[in-house]
Amino acid sequence: MSARASLQVGPDGSLRHLLSTEGLPAAMLHRILDTADQFVSVSEREVKKVPLLRGKSIFNVFFENSTRTRTTFEIAAKRLSADVINLNVGASSTSKGETLLDTVWNLQAMDADMFVVRHSQSGAPHLIARHVKPGVAVINAGDGRHAHPTQGLLDMYTIRHYKRDFTALTVAIVGDVLHSRVARSQIHALKTLGVPDLRVIGPKTLLPEQVERLGVRVFHDMAQGLRDCDVVIMLRLQNERMNGALLPSAGEFFKRYGLTADKLARAKRDAIVMHPGPMNRGVEIDSPVADGRQSVILPQVTFGIAVRMAVMAMLGAP
Amino acid sequence: MNLSIVNARVVDPAAGRDSPGAIHVTGGRIASLDRAPEGFRADETVDASGLVACPGLVDIAARLREPGFEYKATLESELGAAAAGGVTSLACPPDTDPTLDEPGLVEMLTRRAGSLALARVFPLGALTVGLRGERLAEMAELVEAGCVGFSQGNAALPPAATLLQAMKYASTFGYTVWLRCEDASLAQGGVAHEGEVSTRLGLAAVPAVAETVALRMVLELMSATGARVHIERLSTAAGVALVRAAKDKGMPLTCDVGMHHLHLSDRDIGEFDSQCRFVPPLRDPADRDALRRALADGTIDALCSDHTPVDDDEKQVPFAEAAPGATGLELLLPLALKWAGQARLPMDQALAPVTHRAAAVLGVRAGTLAVGAEADICLFDPNADWVVTPAQLVSQGRNTPFLGLEVVGRVARTVLGGRTVFTRSQS
Repeated sequence: MSARASLQVGPDGSLRHLLSTEGLPAAMLHRILDTADQFVSVSEREVKKVPLLRGKSIFNVFFENSTRTRTTFEIAAKRLSADVINLNVGASSTSKGETLLDTVWNLQAMDADMFVVRHSQSGAPHLIARHVKPGVAVINAGDGRHAHPTQGLLDMYTIRHYKRDFTALTVAIVGDVLHSRVARSQIHALKTLGVPDLRVIGPKTLLPEQVERLGVRVFHDMAQGLRDCDVVIMLRLQNERMNGALLPSAGEFFKRYGLTADKLARAKRDAIVMHPGPMNRGVEIDSPVADGRQSVILPQVTFGIAVRMAVMAMLGAP
Repeated sequence: MNLSIVNARVVDPAAGRDSPGAIHVTGGRIASLDRAPEGFRADETVDASGLVACPGLVDIAARLREPGFEYKATLESELGAAAAGGVTSLACPPDTDPTLDEPGLVEMLTRRAGSLALARVFPLGALTVGLRGERLAEMAELVEAGCVGFSQGNAALPPAATLLQAMKYASTFGYTVWLRCEDASLAQGGVAHEGEVSTRLGLAAVPAVAETVALRMVLELMSATGARVHIERLSTAAGVALVRAAKDKGMPLTCDVGMHHLHLSDRDIGEFDSQCRFVPPLRDPADRDALRRALADGTIDALCSDHTPVDDDEKQVPFAEAAPGATGLELLLPLALKWAGQARLPMDQALAPVTHRAAAVLGVRAGTLAVGAEADICLFDPNADWVVTPAQLVSQGRNTPFLGLEVVGRVARTVLGGRTVFTRSQS
């Protein structure tokens, strides 16, 4: 735990890299959310730009394709006046046999100040963070099943925005926790921020072994798990999981674990519904719920820009 | 050439001996202990004051990387490492490239090793051609070429039908089948023990049942075929319980544990430390503790280094892509001593699983200081502490999770067949 903090957090308490929400102290999490608060207003202005990172080069290095996530980082960087270079490495270097570190060292030689990294292997951003020059920051934009900390943070921002206080909340995370880096980042952050009742809901095939050791309560019954929840977080069920050894069919999953108005009625009346996107309507969430009054799925996206600006500003501004 | 080692603390686990004395060697064999034979004149006398003299260590799993992986290590470099680690006999698994499924390859390997004369090399032949689990390798031919048993190395177990035939065939001739028990479908894609750590880090997992399911199948096939089996790299507490019960029933079974699994657990992976990537994966601390107890009570026969030279390029990659394994020949002695020290075992019991108990698994006469035995002797300082660093290692593989660890016990001299093959210069 302390090693994790030391790779991410410098001896002076400043953020050096953002690799995981695990190991970040509550004060640091709140500082990031407070900083994001200031940037929400920037996004509402006529001129959506501040000069905080002028002259800095931010490399979006995506070893795994994701147009949406890459775009949000790009927008965040541009609103901070940074120069943004997008690389889909999946399609170039690695297919030529170049190692991950060679790719990074090459880009570093082009005077990158910050790397935003997505990789299909858990731990890849940690490896990069250990090998970049001092002063070069790494942001994990999703690594394997391990972590997606900016998504976790924007979810915390969203929850704080609507619910204010974490310490009296009941939060449920529903669906494919096993393969979800988003769920892991949410769980660590929610625990650190003091959520007293954190639940995961899903069939045993989609919940990782000993997940309760992360501090969550395990439910296999959706109706029970949603009872009196303040926040319901639905996870994306990837297509390749829907038919096979983990689940018999998307239809059976929807029946048991898809979020419908009926099931949502078990939660508190003012419960909010979240989803990291992209959604599978009719698989994990019913359209009337996704578009309903309790859904905060689109505000999540808006807040995501501000949160990524906050992280980049804290890492890159002198 | 006659050699006398005097003023030593002579430890011979096979004889239960740990007392001051001397060893006298003639014609490459042990002539006598303590008192020199009548008329014996030493050409060289070694004053071993402060040193333990024990049988040369027997390491039943050390990858020498030849043939096929000479860029990772060579016989010269790794047998040099063996000598520096006090290891005088070792068995090498067949997962080379090409695999050790042809007598010619085995003969070449043993001839090369013989001419280097740094350690005795006992190859394990491939159980199936190319380790593909389809066709049986020419076991009888391979034994004639020098193989002491048959293994799949780190390749998957053959399907049950093929394994049944392989065990039947091996038992026809009394050969031992060495098997690393892991169900391939349960282990598929996994890189870490299934538990809290794999869940936290989001690493694809190998459940403990991958070992026990395969182990139960192997035990059933043993009953059906009468084959003698050696279980390689046992890794779980549940596996230990199965082996203990099978041994209690008198089944012809031996087993080993790798030294990393004796000292480390999945907790040591920390933040994706690829030095801790192993096959089988490092398991829960409770599994590690069960392995430690089982080695002490003899349920586990042998402790091996599972020596696997891996270069930096193969480790400086994301955890799941890292090559499994670590260098080990030079750490086998200090890590055996470390285990025994923590378990409060006396010196002869500390050395038993790396000497005569390991030799018994191989079925070779080694690991003892009995009069008439080959004079394979390890002299080491049981109180010398040193820090594991790449520069301290002779092996071409410098990657090990124990880098930076202070260990106790350092080889001073290694004698193979009466000939000194290693001395550490006093720094």
